[in-house]
Parts: sequence; structure tokens; C-alpha cells
Amino acid sequence: MLKLIRQNKPDHVALPPVIRFDSLFENTEEKFRETLAAIYTEVFPVKNMDELAAKASELFAGVVNRATTIPELGSWADFSLNVSDPHELETVEIAILKAEFGVAENGAVWISEKYLPHRALPFITQNLAFVIPRNALVDNMHDAYERLQDTTGWGCFIAGPSKTADIEQSLVIGAHGARSMVIFLIEEM
Amino acid sequence: MSKAMIDHAEASEVFNRDEPYVNWHDETLWFVRQKRDKSSKLLPEWEQLREVASGIKSHVLSNMDELLVQFEQNAKENGVHVHWAADAAEHNEIVLNLLKQYNINKMVKSKSMLTEECHMNEFLIKNGIDVIDTDLGERIVQLRNEPPSHIVLPAIHLKKKDIGDLFHIHLGTEAGATDPQYLTEAARQHLRDKFLTRRAALTGVNFAIAETGGFVVSTNEGNADMGAHLADLHIASMGFEKIIPKQEHLGVFLRLLARSATGQPITTYSSHFKKPRDGQQMHIIIVDNGRTTQLGRADFRNSLKCIRCGACMNTCPVYRRSGGHSYHNAVAGPIGSILAPNLDMTKYADLPFASTLCGSCSNVCPVKIDIHDQLYKWRQVLAKGGHVPASKGIGVKAMSIVLSQPRFYQWSGRLGRSVMRAIPFVVNNSLNPWYKQREMPEPPKESFRDWYIRNRKE
Repeated sequence: MLKLIRQNKPDHVALPPVIRFDSLFENTEEKFRETLAAIYTEVFPVKNMDELAAKASELFAGVVNRATTIPELGSWADFSLNVSDPHELETVEIAILKAEFGVAENGAVWISEKYLPHRALPFITQNLAFVIPRNALVDNMHDAYERLQDTTGWGCFIAGPSKTADIEQSLVIGAHGARSMVIFLIEEM
Repeated sequence: MSKAMIDHAEASEVFNRDEPYVNWHDETLWFVRQKRDKSSKLLPEWEQLREVASGIKSHVLSNMDELLVQFEQNAKENGVHVHWAADAAEHNEIVLNLLKQYNINKMVKSKSMLTEECHMNEFLIKNGIDVIDTDLGERIVQLRNEPPSHIVLPAIHLKKKDIGDLFHIHLGTEAGATDPQYLTEAARQHLRDKFLTRRAALTGVNFAIAETGGFVVSTNEGNADMGAHLADLHIASMGFEKIIPKQEHLGVFLRLLARSATGQPITTYSSHFKKPRDGQQMHIIIVDNGRTTQLGRADFRNSLKCIRCGACMNTCPVYRRSGGHSYHNAVAGPIGSILAPNLDMTKYADLPFASTLCGSCSNVCPVKIDIHDQLYKWRQVLAKGGHVPASKGIGVKAMSIVLSQPRFYQWSGRLGRSVMRAIPFVVNNSLNPWYKQREMPEPPKESFRDWYIRNRKE
């Protein structure tokens, strides 16, 4: 295959000199919030862990099988992530996960193995919440990849709950992944 | 797989029998195209982004071998196994052997047009492997025993009633149910069970990054991740043109991909795989299957820049009114029509003619492939190679005789107009291909030439 490619490829073409653009939103957080609202995700600013715990209890009152990767929410959770087989996560109803940063232009949040005991968790949980530092928002994907120095084995940009429109282009939220998503922007981590 | 010879025009005739249905198909895809327009216009740098994306891909085509070697080396260092497949048969064998090696006979699969191109499902099923497509649209067409009709919207040719009836039979939903929410929930339950019980998952690859040895898979449903993170064995299949040099280039391509496809600013999930998780085996299969030949065709190699967004299909007036299945190829629409003849000029000789050459496909393409120019060039190549049906040749010859002789042209125009007025059924009948699904126009009383001569005198 490589031999054929060498024979058939065109003459060398250099990479384009500029590969990034600035978005320069007036208010990055406002843009982030607006974008997420359009994809069925609410953003809650919280001051600190206490406020986060209070908001979490309020939003997910009555929900069982609550899991989290945030030690300060340990007493809120009733589901231990200390399992060896990811299949055991099948019954998780809500997972509140720490994530690294968010992107204003598309509402995507970067999460990786650095923050997760199991890669399957953000997908298998019925409902998903991310906690990101309030100052960890970038304008667009060019900024995102400049910031992204993750060297773990796996990571993902997640923008909103899972969805499909495969039946007559009717949008349905909750395809295979999370049925709902909220994001907490925390001031003091 | 042996197939009866299918012709796009004949196949679309079947598609066009039900007029309200065709109108619905047309409008639905146009709606998706409009979402793309709205979304792209929000970015002032949109045109520059397309230019940059096309430029990066030009660089990729000219350095393909080095980038692939770099990718393989980095992937191996990450603990990923890399396989090379010269054609579809080799690809399918590699998948089968891996499954055998790990003693697995049931697999879940997320969207991969490459495996459609390789007819992998048929091959594996014949060899006793149970393959379940997990993208909702793909699962729907799989249950119907048909191929996807669109690369991004596999079941776009079906109405919700069709799907309701299908799910009633296969998933036990209520008879007559057509609510998309209800039907999607039924599929979610059905497929969750598959995700939880399958030990192997196959995914496609949207972008493979030479610099890191990693690859990115984009979905909205989360099915690629559900499959891969729960399986012991993850196989990722990619055509070699999916390679890009650096991770930062994803910034360009991920900004373009979903906006071009559905108008979303990004797909819900853009999953970056680099290393297998503990205890997991990860294999990448790099496939040629005719791509090296296409790389060698100077007029057509730019088709390898394609990132499979489907924008050219949504905008194409012929695709919207003929449906994906009329193209009898894994990739339909304008891009499919320039990719397919590379694989088999005889079988796909009809496809470059399934176009009005209006150029809309080239205008929406996020990597600026000159699609309509290539369609035109394929016509020349196919005609020279004797792949164009004789009837088309006779028509073109007759036309060139008429058009090259002005007096003959004037006479035949006059004759045609009076015949159409006097005995309209001569043209208004099913033997005339221009009459199909169309009304013939009212013939004018005089030609423009006659009108011009008369009015010049005044």
C-alpha cells in the first residue's frame, strides 16, 4: 500500500500557514450559556463546593444511584464508583463529574481519563452533570486545542445530552447516552 | 457481492412513483441544507476555514505515506495494534480473524461507511458472527435488510409509520405507534442490552492523527462510546485518507464537520481514542480498497479529501428527488458518484450522469472538492472507455448533427413545435423520458430567431 501511495501521490504541498481564527465573543460565559441552552443544557454558576452540594441535592432530589468523582460531594452520592467492571455502572442514574474546560462556540466540555475512573461513565449514566471552573472557558475549538495538553489515553468533547433525529428528522433527546445534562460553573474549586 | 446491473435513472423512476413522498424527501433534505446555511453564516471566517481545511487535506494527499508511517509508529507506541488491508476482502478477513482470536461471535458496531463499502456485515454474518448496528438509523435499515440511503442520515428515506411497523415486528412496540420519542426509547432499551452483553465493538474513524497516533470518532447518539468502552475488543476501521497531521488540525475540521452535516456547531460526542483502557485490546485497520488508484488520478484525487458530512447530498436536486438507494453504492449522492467509478467503471458508469452539474455540491463542500467538475470529467473518461450506454451516444450524435447545421436546426425546431401543438401525445407519452414525472411545456408559436428577425425589422 505504501509503495503504491508513494508512486501515485501528488507533488509536495506545504501546510497552510494560518490554521486558527479568533472568535472574540464579547462575553464568553454568556455565549457558552446560550449555546448550551440551544442544546437542552442548563448552566448553573455556583460559588463553592457547599453551594454545589446544595444545588445538586435540589436538582436531583429523590433520585437514587447518584455517583460523583468529586470528593466534596461524597456524602451526596449513594453509588460507589469503586467497581472493577464498567458494566456495573449500568444502574447509575446521575453522575456529577469534574471536567477540565468548556468551549463557548459549541457548548462542548472536555473530559478525559484524568478525571474518570471509567471511560464508560459519562455515557452509561442516565443523566449527566459536569463541574468546571468558572474561569475555564475558551471561545472556540482552535483555543480548545491550544489548551488541550491531555496526555491520557482517552478524552472526549461532550456537547449536551445524547440525541438522534433518525426517525423522520424529529429530534429526540436521550439516544444511547445521557438523557439530560447540566453544567455547574464553580468559582472556587 | 454480485448485484444485478442497476441504472440510476431507472431506480429513481421507482422512487418517484409516489409524488407526495418524493416531495417530502426533497423538503426534508432541503431543510437540513438550510440548517447548514444558517449555522455556517454565523462564522465570519467560514470561507477561510473551508480554504484551510482543503489546504491541510492537499498537504495530506501529498504526504500520505509519511503521515501513515508516523501514525502507525505512534499508535503502536500507544499499545494499539495496526493492520493494513489492501482491499475489502482483506479488511473483512482481519475483522473475522480478530473475533476468532478472542473467541467472540457477537459484535456491536457504530457507523462506518467503510464497512458498508466492504460489505462487511454480510461477510461476518455468513461466517457465523452476529453483528448489530447501533446507530438508530443504521439499526432501522439493518432490521429492514437494506443499506443506508444517506451517510449521515441512514434512514432518511423512511416515514415514521414504516419505522413503527418495523419496531412492532422486531422490538414488540405497540401496533400503529409512530411517536418518535416512544420508538427511540424502545430502540434505546433494545440496544442497551446489546451494549452490555457484547465483548467486541467496531467503530469507524472520522480523523486519525499522525502526530499522536490517536483517532477521533464523532456521534450524536453516544453509540460508538457505549460500544467501545464496554467491550474487551475495540476494532476501528479507517480508509487511509482519514489521516491528518496534527491534533490542532481537529480545530479546523471539527468546526466544519457538524455544521456542514446538520447545522449543529459540533456533534454531541467527539471521542479522542489514543490508548486501550486497562485490559482492553485496540486494533486499527487501515484500508486501501482502490484509494491508491484514486490518489494516482490527478483529476479525481481530491475526492479523497472528503470528510463524509453529507452536505453535497442534502443540497443536490437529483439526490433529493431520487433517494440514496438509486445510487446503488455505499456512498450516495454527488460525492458517491465520483468515488464509485474509481472502484468499478462498468458497474457505476451511470452515476456521474446522475447530476445536473449545477455546482451546488462544490459550493457547500467543507473541504472544497470540485465535485461537479469531477462529475463532468468522469463522463469524458467513461465515454472514452466505452462505458456509456449506446443510447446516450446516439442521442448525443443526433444532437451534434442538428446543432452543427443551422438550417437543419431551424427546420427541426419548426417541425417539433408544430408537431407538439397538433398531436401532443407524440411527446406526452411514457416513451419520452422527459415526460416522466413532468408536464411538457406549451410549445411557443415561434422561435426566438423568428421573433428577433421580425422585431428587428420594425
